[in-house]
Amino acid sequence: MNVRRFWAVFLCRNWEFLRDRSTLTWNLLFPIALIAGFAVAFSGSGLSFYKVGVLGAVEETDGGAFFQTRHVQFIPVADLAASLVKVERHQLDMLIDPAERRYWVNEESSKGYLLERVLRGAEAETDFHKQTVSGQIIRYVDWVAPGILAMNMMFSCLFGVGYVIVRYRKTGMLKRLKATPLTPLEFLSAQVISRLWLILATTALVFAGAHFFIGFPMHGSYFDLFLVFVLGAISLISLGLIVAARATSEELAAGLLNALSWPMTFLSGVWFSLEGVHPWLQQLAQLAPLTHIIDAARAIMIDGAGLAAISGHLLALVAMSVGFMVVGARLFRWE
Amino acid sequence: MTVLLETRDLIKHFRGVQAVNGLDLAITAGRCFGLLGPNGAGKTTTVEILEGIQDPTHGTIRYRGEPLGPRFRQDIGIMFQSTALQDHVTGRENLRMFASFYPRSLPLDELVEACALGDFLDRDTRKLSGGQRQRLLLAIALVNDPELLFLDEPTTGLDPQARRNFWELIHRIKARGKTILLTTHYMEEAYHLCDEIAIMDHGRIIAQGTPRALLAAHFDDVVLQLPLADFPDPLPPLAHPVMVHRDMVEILTDDVGATVQELLAQHIPLARLLIRPRTLEDLFLELTGRELRT
Repeated sequence: MNVRRFWAVFLCRNWEFLRDRSTLTWNLLFPIALIAGFAVAFSGSGLSFYKVGVLGAVEETDGGAFFQTRHVQFIPVADLAASLVKVERHQLDMLIDPAERRYWVNEESSKGYLLERVLRGAEAETDFHKQTVSGQIIRYVDWVAPGILAMNMMFSCLFGVGYVIVRYRKTGMLKRLKATPLTPLEFLSAQVISRLWLILATTALVFAGAHFFIGFPMHGSYFDLFLVFVLGAISLISLGLIVAARATSEELAAGLLNALSWPMTFLSGVWFSLEGVHPWLQQLAQLAPLTHIIDAARAIMIDGAGLAAISGHLLALVAMSVGFMVVGARLFRWE
Repeated sequence: MTVLLETRDLIKHFRGVQAVNGLDLAITAGRCFGLLGPNGAGKTTTVEILEGIQDPTHGTIRYRGEPLGPRFRQDIGIMFQSTALQDHVTGRENLRMFASFYPRSLPLDELVEACALGDFLDRDTRKLSGGQRQRLLLAIALVNDPELLFLDEPTTGLDPQARRNFWELIHRIKARGKTILLTTHYMEEAYHLCDEIAIMDHGRIIAQGTPRALLAAHFDDVVLQLPLADFPDPLPPLAHPVMVHRDMVEILTDDVGATVQELLAQHIPLARLLIRPRTLEDLFLELTGRELRT
């Protein structure tokens, strides 16, 4: 390993990334915009998950307990026939006519079923006593923010290394480098390290920007979070190297990278929890580096977990990094 | 004279195709060696084997009597026909990067002057013209002051003036005693730059020597050219071979006086008569039966 040669390739790769304004802007602004979008969408009373059409204006209703139910949106409607069609089409979960003391639900709608239970329960006397759970309130955006940070990092790692190396190969640049004393180890290390620091820097900026504007919680140690992102980025870049090792067409590389990134996005629980999905899907998710990055980041940011609590995730990321790197380096061809 | 690069019985198979078929070559130090051949002749494969980019299926290749090794990579410079450079990086940064790959390199000022890079050295490589790009790629190939320089169709796509300017740069490199292996589609370029040429077809060398010696060995005639419009239709029979290229009649003759007399006797006007010597292009057509650019 000749440090001078490594450093020369490292510097040129950095210039290429930093001077490509459109890519740089996209890498910085996209995740902030995404998190901000979620913050706006889920701010205030949050999105209503249940929609009830009320014949006649809502304020004219009799103020029954059912109409005080939270997380239910009551929408005034005038046309009974049109509203019934909406119930049939699942656009409304329930239609209620307070004046006539009657309601309609779609027998196939689980939301309609639940609303019916709420309506009947709300209007009846009960001897249950309400208990409250203790602990901090976590907004959806607080829960989703670590996922979006990690997902942005994943796309940048996979495409920023995998796709770029395939482009170099296709345009003949790798062939030109092969004819010099530069070794594959020096070349690949320069690509990995260059992308690693650029990703960590952009992720830190995105974290700071999103934290400032949206104010998601950060209860754990910044060092622990940094360690998770370093190991996560190395594992994902190494995964990108496997795709880049032999592929000669950008279309094939893009297809393979998409085939890796989109299932990972789904399985790793970026957008929603995988609680309740089939156990074998949950097992499969453990094979994705993104799962460990997101689980560890959420544990640190939301629960304030320490290194011991996330050690399993860290070990998994180290093992995956080593495995992917060995396979990628063995498969690599200049041409 | 020292043989710098030598091959013995070089063979390369590609998925059932024999691209190189028992090639013996010897490239002498300090000379410009031209490798010519129609597309599909095995020229690019041969050059890539010589450059160490591809491995031969069979045969040996030696640089200064040794198998290709780390020293070979440090001693050679390559200018591929099409090489992409990194986007958003200037010529100066590219030169610095390539210079750092070698234990010794030429001073930047020397390269800038040798390849006339002054006007665009700090420009993004995406914004260079074809000629500027080729000059930068030549400078990158020279960055380690190579003993052996590979130039693969270096002037393809350049306008005539840029091509002439490029030839001037190659002449200066030759004057410094460097060895050059050149492939080209332009016979005029090969004639102008090469001390020795080898013509390849079907993976073999079919002729080798200095351009003058090859022409002298294969031709003892000249070409008389006249417009087809000056002849009656059909063409009258002539004593020497006749070829028609589009609107031009070419008569291959070793006795210009007798042929002119014959044309006069046929009442063919000679006001537009041209006499030219045989060229490498004629030799190429005769040996390979193919156009150079097909």
